[in-house]
Amino acid sequence: MENGMVNIQLISLVFAYIFVFILLLIVKKKKIGHEQEIILASVRMTIQLVAVGYLLKYVFANQSPFYSILILLVMEIFAIYNIYGRIDAEISLDFKKTIAVSMFAGTSISILFFVLIVIGLEPWFRSDYFIPLSGMLIGNSMTGISLGVNHLIGGFRDNKRLIENYLMLGAEPMYAVEKISNRAFYNAVLPTINSMMGMGIVFLPGMMTGQILAGASPVTAIKYQIAIMMGILGSVTLTVFFMVNRGSKTFFNKRKQLKIK
Amino acid sequence: MFKLQNIEFKNILQIDSIELKEHVTTAILGSSGGGKTTFLKLLNNMISADKGTIYYKDKDINNYDPVELRRKVVMLPQDPEIFKGTIRDNFIITEKIADKKHAGDDIYKNILKQVSLPKFLEDKAEDLSGGEKQRLALARVMLLEPEVLLLDEPSSSLDQETEEKIISMVVNYAVKNSRTLIMVTHSPAIAEKYADRIINIESGRIIK
Ligand SMILES: Nc1ncnc2c1ncn2[C@@H]1O[C@H](COP(=O)(O)OP(=O)(O)OP(=O)(O)O)[C@@H](O)[C@H]1O
Ligand SMILES: [Mg+2]
Repeated sequence: MENGMVNIQLISLVFAYIFVFILLLIVKKKKIGHEQEIILASVRMTIQLVAVGYLLKYVFANQSPFYSILILLVMEIFAIYNIYGRIDAEISLDFKKTIAVSMFAGTSISILFFVLIVIGLEPWFRSDYFIPLSGMLIGNSMTGISLGVNHLIGGFRDNKRLIENYLMLGAEPMYAVEKISNRAFYNAVLPTINSMMGMGIVFLPGMMTGQILAGASPVTAIKYQIAIMMGILGSVTLTVFFMVNRGSKTFFNKRKQLKIK
Repeated sequence: MFKLQNIEFKNILQIDSIELKEHVTTAILGSSGGGKTTFLKLLNNMISADKGTIYYKDKDINNYDPVELRRKVVMLPQDPEIFKGTIRDNFIITEKIADKKHAGDDIYKNILKQVSLPKFLEDKAEDLSGGEKQRLALARVMLLEPEVLLLDEPSSSLDQETEEKIISMVVNYAVKNSRTLIMVTHSPAIAEKYADRIINIESGRIIK
């Protein structure tokens, strides 16, 4: 027992892997395939979590702004590559850069605001707070921006003719695509808004569950949850806003011509 | 009004030299895929030539702001999009697109008369027939009072009679308001009857 939290015995943890075997059994019996993928996923999860666990243990024990920033950067880079992987179309280098910069700028601003002003963390780089909170903001912004990017690309593809008609009547490019970029923005932010709707009733958010399991009072857990939800909303809003605004421009060249085929 | 010199666009269009004069109605003839639409799009800078220079009023079109140019040289594409809403909405959206002052119902009605579209401003634009949509699209362009009107032939096959009716209206409008008109048509008869000058474009080249 630590902090009144019921610790899981290592031996018992092994039993949890039984669920993987159940899945493997079903998959094999039904000839669904992909056994290797399932095994790989389980092994990867285990190794990654163990590694992160020890890494965080070290970092928490050796507080330093350097570690906090370094891990923040690693999370950002991982998130940006993850976004690239989720885009189901070929995109320009310019757009890729825009995505990276929007992600980085939007999350950094939100994280700083959140850590310094909302929580008033002292010192600001206190990694046992800084890292998990940043992770949540980055993770949610990553999902938001991926949605936004795919909606933006789809909007341009489906409305190519309409955009060209606007241009031929003398529209500025950004006016011609206003509706498309607004819709992309809305669709990217919508899941975050929806998750606020169901919060506490349909599900208990992971962070809150974690805090309660770790022995925190539900009221404290709720305060954190509200704060983090606002932080997530802010971060998603900023990153998607930057991405949509600058991203829309990357579909046009200097002569204000549509670049997509 | 336009001067083109040594123009190349991909391997679609090659033009050594041609001049298009102000207030002259030019018809462009040629078989499908020959490069007629491409030619028009070069003139309003919807696309840029890989080589050569295009002058508009003796100034390289690359030295114009593209939007500013497109507001002077307005193109009516082969299959224009009709905007959602009423006929009035279509006019209002067009004004907003081109950043133009609100003209008002009287002027809209007058333009509808000019393109012989006997409909109310409250009528749904989407319910119009193909030929009527074409006329509404033309009306929107006329509202912008362009210096040059680039008219691509409608791809949706209008019957000969309707097409000729639309063309005679545009030509009439251009002459009356001393605009320059450049129009694509597949019909030599229409070209002969309405144009001051005919240009043939075949496989990317202007032929005499
Ligand atoms: N952006 C582009 N990239 C590559 N090829 C193109 C492009 N635009 C047009 N083409 C090709 O260039 C050729 C000329 O096209 P264009 O639309 O100018 O022909 P057109 O004379 O207007 O034909 P139609 O009478 O059928 O409208 C066609 O073979 C077309 O497929
Ligand atoms: Mg054509």
